Amino acid sequence: MDSYEIVVIGGGPAGLAAAIEARKNGVENILVIERDKELGGILQQCIHNGFGLHVFKEELTGPQYSERFIKELKKMGIEYKLDTMVLHIDEDRNIEAINTKDGLIQIKTEAIVLAMGCRERPRGAITIPGTRPAGIFTAGTAQRFINMEGYQVGKKVVILGSGDIGLIMARRMTLEGAKVEAVVELMPYSGGLTRNIVQCLDDFDIPLLLSHTIVDIKGRDRLEGVVVAKVDENRRPIPGSEVEYECDTLLLSVGLIPENELSNEANIEIDPITNGPIVNESMETSVSGIFACGNVVHVHDLVDNVTRESRKAGKCAAKFVKDELKEDSHTVRTIPGEGVRYIVPQEIRVENVDEDITLFMRVTDIFKDAKLVLENGDKTIKEIKKIQFAPGEMEEIKINASELKDGEIGDLKVSIQKGGK
Amino acid sequence: MEVYEKVCIVCPRGCRLTIKKDETSLKGYTVEGNTCKRGAEYGIKEVTNPTRVITSTVKLKSDHLNRLPVVTKGGIPKAKMMESMKVINNVEVKPPVKEGEVIIENLLDTGVDLISSRTVEQ
Amino acid sequence: MYDVAIIGAGITGTFIARELSRYELDTVILEKDNDISSGATKANTGIVHAGYDAKPNTKMAYFNVKGNPMFDKICEELDVPFKRNGSLVVGFSGEDMETIEELYERGVKNGVPKLEIIDREKIKKLEPNIGKDVVGALYAPTAGIISPWELAIALAENAMDNGAELYLNNEVKDIESTDSGYRIKTNEREIKAKYVINCAGVYADEISQMVGDSSFKITPRSGQYYLLDKAAGEMINTVIFQCPRKFGKGIVVSPTAHGNIIVGPDNEVVPNKDATQTTGYRLSMIRETAQKSLEEIPFNKNITNFTGVRAEPDTGDFIIEESKVAKGFINVGGIKSPGLTSSPAIAEYVTGMVKDISGGLEEKEDFNPKRKKVIRFAELSNEEKTELIKKDPSYGRIICRCETITEGEIVDCINRNAGATTVDGVKRRTRAGFGRCQGGFCMPRVMEILARELNRDVTDIVKDGTDSYILTGETKEIENGEE
Repeated sequence: MDSYEIVVIGGGPAGLAAAIEARKNGVENILVIERDKELGGILQQCIHNGFGLHVFKEELTGPQYSERFIKELKKMGIEYKLDTMVLHIDEDRNIEAINTKDGLIQIKTEAIVLAMGCRERPRGAITIPGTRPAGIFTAGTAQRFINMEGYQVGKKVVILGSGDIGLIMARRMTLEGAKVEAVVELMPYSGGLTRNIVQCLDDFDIPLLLSHTIVDIKGRDRLEGVVVAKVDENRRPIPGSEVEYECDTLLLSVGLIPENELSNEANIEIDPITNGPIVNESMETSVSGIFACGNVVHVHDLVDNVTRESRKAGKCAAKFVKDELKEDSHTVRTIPGEGVRYIVPQEIRVENVDEDITLFMRVTDIFKDAKLVLENGDKTIKEIKKIQFAPGEMEEIKINASELKDGEIGDLKVSIQKGGK
Repeated sequence: MEVYEKVCIVCPRGCRLTIKKDETSLKGYTVEGNTCKRGAEYGIKEVTNPTRVITSTVKLKSDHLNRLPVVTKGGIPKAKMMESMKVINNVEVKPPVKEGEVIIENLLDTGVDLISSRTVEQ
Repeated sequence: MYDVAIIGAGITGTFIARELSRYELDTVILEKDNDISSGATKANTGIVHAGYDAKPNTKMAYFNVKGNPMFDKICEELDVPFKRNGSLVVGFSGEDMETIEELYERGVKNGVPKLEIIDREKIKKLEPNIGKDVVGALYAPTAGIISPWELAIALAENAMDNGAELYLNNEVKDIESTDSGYRIKTNEREIKAKYVINCAGVYADEISQMVGDSSFKITPRSGQYYLLDKAAGEMINTVIFQCPRKFGKGIVVSPTAHGNIIVGPDNEVVPNKDATQTTGYRLSMIRETAQKSLEEIPFNKNITNFTGVRAEPDTGDFIIEESKVAKGFINVGGIKSPGLTSSPAIAEYVTGMVKDISGGLEEKEDFNPKRKKVIRFAELSNEEKTELIKKDPSYGRIICRCETITEGEIVDCINRNAGATTVDGVKRRTRAGFGRCQGGFCMPRVMEILARELNRDVTDIVKDGTDSYILTGETKEIENGEE
């Protein structure tokens, strides 16, 4: 039985930042467990740029961004195990992991930071009818094949879903010599960042078909075509609007799901909206001493936010180990109101907020000329006005500790209201 | 009057820019809708000489990894994107490679280098 | 010259091959597809039926009731997961209960043991999540669940261990009668055999016609399915049928042998024998109908949909006989449900036919009924896991995260007789790629292992059929950027 003060599960951007921050806050005995053969996580295959504007004030590619953290982690001498998969965890913070070198490993730790990231929704999750040929990939799988393994996955491509990965892959496949016929999006708006629509689709004249979906898949052994149809306001295909696109490849970018099989094993309470653990101000889950950060908690669109959140998780895990977190503090909940889909963290133990706390949230729909309003009872604490709020872009509201500790504060509600700029 | 509507791609915010030709201004154009200085620069560049950062891979002779990710150290003219891929596709690199190491100097005479975007030891 | 050529490597063909491999016979299996179990066998509900459904005095009833009890021993010998979890036919009205009464009578006539009609209260004990409108059910404790393709693969492997040969990607194009038997031409080769056993599933009538026997016709009927994640698996215990009505047999909701939930099939005549596509309207109908049995089926945990095409014979019953116009040519056709359940009994019976036709068979002295144990890493104890990784470190590398499948298991399934050569082949044998992410993470790794073990290029690894290529080449290979 090995023992550590903190074990971080996952060596991607979340896990790296959490481990480094825990060390900076005085914890010596830390282990990072990574299932891939190197650290860095999914960023190693995200070779496009656009990472790091907040954290490093410069624009980096995914590998560049992760390399900064990997270097720092190694410099600090934090222990890590590669090619190692965690099989089980429990509420008492016992971990069972496995690799080829050490075999089955039993670990006891004072705190765990969950940083397993997320996975892509496959075809079955959205039940696209048709045949089941080769040539249908989730966008991330295609990204790995192309960017890391060096294989091309197809020549004529249709992409379903206009989230950032779908948009980025449209450009990548085009640059690598494929023809992207169209990006098909069920919703009337794109789920990705506007800049990606400009530089990944518009630059290459790739059509974005909003309010469309794929209703049939053709081809026996390899994909031969997809049938695209318009959808009505209830997202149901409109009969008669079908158009067939000849293609040998379909990329699916239809959403990400936090990977919480381990969290479930430890009986950690999961938020049905985020599909991630319910966390408090310290990024601690419902199980004491088990923290979580990054895409395992909720799917982010900017890695910079993952870093911020994970630093907090690392710092608070360190506090937990040193017994500096107050368990019996006055606790308030964050309540998503009208137009807000979820808020992370879901709970705030007021006394543990040092200087300020940032609430991350997503809106439910496109709202033009609106404002995000944070209220405590009838009292408005904060307002953020914008020309447009979109579900694809995570919003945040920062609250100063003084505002929380001002008298006996109740639950905090955030909602979208009319009247922006 | 020349007026252009562009979406800024400098950062993920995606500001909607209106760029107007204006001989009287120092740079020949005025930009509205930006929320930072870099946005204004982008707006003018986008209507005069649009550039893009290219990210791709080059062949790598390594047991660890088949492709090395690369990035241009700055934007290259948008019109040269596809042409630059032809050059990039013909390069093969052997480790060790450091992050930031120049892979192709002065890509297509743009004055911009193509650099490695990660370190590969072996 | 082979003694026996079996056409088709589905459950019937592989079962017969395994039975025949007990005897001193040179047997060959010809399969048109790229793997064992590529037709109806890989796309059905996987139920070992009790035997009350078929009309008394039919072959279906006979072989079903005879086949059912044979599964325990065979699955133990071949190390195939099988669970006798019982089945319910649930009724929603008094009229339904009358039908269920008839099914009960029929079952008793067919010789099905332990049948029982139970009330809602007793159903609730078996199935706490049962639908609110269910009033009663026929309970058949002898029904079970199995993974049919794993059984077929195991049978083929065991048959090959005992000397049988297998040619995949050999579609029979023509059969000629010769003095000593038959000459079979495939797209790839020509083989001679004294006896031919036609187990070609939906194509059995076409194969039969090649020897001039047009005595039966097979119509393709398709059934579509949902397969839900293991996380949903806990909500039911038994196979839940709906009481058959004038307008259809209802939809089955069942756990699978591996703890998923399967929902389906519907039943529709389709124009083509390879019509394995799913359709939106039929899937929604299945979903709605199934929710009558259990309101809370978590369809949001769906991981895949598929369609099976079944062989519907125009004779109304299994066809298991020597052709009247071609001596030594045995038709085993129209093996639709309860074909899987019947297959062990059919294989025994057909072996008897071969015995009779050939004038006697000699038993092999060294026949080994057991298949080399399959290591299922996740099911081992910690001590066993530790030992195993020490012996072979590749069992310490998890390739499929969703199903916890190790590299060692994948290598093993490739290097057996009738081993995997494709990504889906690995999936069918080990379940790698069968989970929530449907191979999103592990497919590149599985392809790498296949390429290494089979000494092929990664770009030559296919998903399933020979033309189901996954990669179109390497990047950076485009000549001067032009195609």
